[in-house]
Amino acid sequence: MTAAGRAAPIEVSYFPGCSLATTAKENNQSLIESCARLGIRLVEIPDWNCCGSSSAHSIDHRIAFDLACRNLALAPAGRPLVTACPSCTLRLKHAQHLLRHDAGARGRYETLWGRPYDPDLHVRHFFGLMVEIDWRSRIGNGDVVPLDLTFAPYYGCMLNRPAALRPSTDHHGVMERVLGDLGMRSVLWASSTQCCGTFLTVARPDIVTPKVNAILQNAADSGAECVVTACAMCHMNLEVRCTLKAPIPIFHFSELIALAFGSARRDWFSRHLIDPRPLLSRKGLAA
Amino acid sequence: MERSEAAMTPPKGPPIRLSALDPQFSREIKRLAGTDFHACLQCRSCSGGCPFSDHMDYMPNGVMRLVQLGLKQEALSCNTIWICVGCHTCSIQCPMAIDIPGVMDALRERALAERVAVIEPDILAFHREVLHSIARYGRTHKLEIMLRYKLKRRDLFSDLDVGLRMLAKRKLDLTPSRIEQIAEIQKVFRP
Repeated sequence: MTAAGRAAPIEVSYFPGCSLATTAKENNQSLIESCARLGIRLVEIPDWNCCGSSSAHSIDHRIAFDLACRNLALAPAGRPLVTACPSCTLRLKHAQHLLRHDAGARGRYETLWGRPYDPDLHVRHFFGLMVEIDWRSRIGNGDVVPLDLTFAPYYGCMLNRPAALRPSTDHHGVMERVLGDLGMRSVLWASSTQCCGTFLTVARPDIVTPKVNAILQNAADSGAECVVTACAMCHMNLEVRCTLKAPIPIFHFSELIALAFGSARRDWFSRHLIDPRPLLSRKGLAA
Repeated sequence: MERSEAAMTPPKGPPIRLSALDPQFSREIKRLAGTDFHACLQCRSCSGGCPFSDHMDYMPNGVMRLVQLGLKQEALSCNTIWICVGCHTCSIQCPMAIDIPGVMDALRERALAERVAVIEPDILAFHREVLHSIARYGRTHKLEIMLRYKLKRRDLFSDLDVGLRMLAKRKLDLTPSRIEQIAEIQKVFRP
């Protein structure tokens, strides 16, 4: 995955998910752009559908399974399926788990989608790609510029998995390692893996607002200049539900990678509800 | 540190009747959830770590006890199953590797199948709007989900400021992102 920029790009299948396709376009574009600079071409699987989100598995396990499976069935064989959203990743991997262990599930898949399921399809979150890159040598040869920022890495619930899905690849510390190699300093803080409240933001904002405020206050108190999120849903909840007077800005992980490549676009940052542009210009990092 | 009165007091309601145990219910939830909650030894790690336990009537470990015993009515009508967002903080803390959110999923589904009165109707209404959107477009259309949800609750004004800020920042698309083969999605939603 570390092909030089001029070599033919490596193609991988890509599942952006609804959030990246709509509310978090800046997350999507910065990820596509960063991968392009790394020689990886993200090819959207044709006509992908919603993974079922939190709501499908909350009230109907069969619909949740079928929705995830259609996406697995659309993914071409022989190349990994890269995901951007931790929640979509869990839904797709959960469906794969059922397919692997339940003949009834495989039967349903074949009936609905007209093909046997592909046991070799490797669903992998893009963190796995990013951590394989030799970022320091890219700084050495001027490919990326170091970023002078102190950040609070925010994983939300991403690192939590039920026992059956506890992955062999572990994403603990990926943001600290990659962004650390890119010159950023991470803080140790208490809320790194506190859930953002996800869909409760709609029906129970009274629960989510104090959670979000505590997370962002903790980040600022820890000396961070910004928070970096792994998940577009977390990013939205933190921005939308925060009622602090002067919260620190929140970046998508992929935005900072693109920024280090010098290929960040101004209209990504203008989409943030908490404007990160004053911080970026203070640091001489204006896109 | 003194423990608060509330933390030691069981939820209000009629006393639990041990004559009403339903082992069949216990087996059914185990089958649906695909995890063995009988392994729960009431260490309460799940409840200690749960970010939302303050808002639950039964703590997660309490729900494990309810399903072990087959206390169907209590398990299906508690608000815990609706407040749980499935963040799996409990799963990684459980020393017995129980998929606790998987149990919550199973209970929610049973509660709907048995038409138990839902104590958090707004949360259920939101889930239904998300599924409605997926059934219609193959993907979620956030603006329409929010508008329909607000209309159903006859409450268009709460969160109006949030909606307008999101629109101003181009975070809410007016038109849905939709798939081409919608018939395939309709196949999924056919009962």
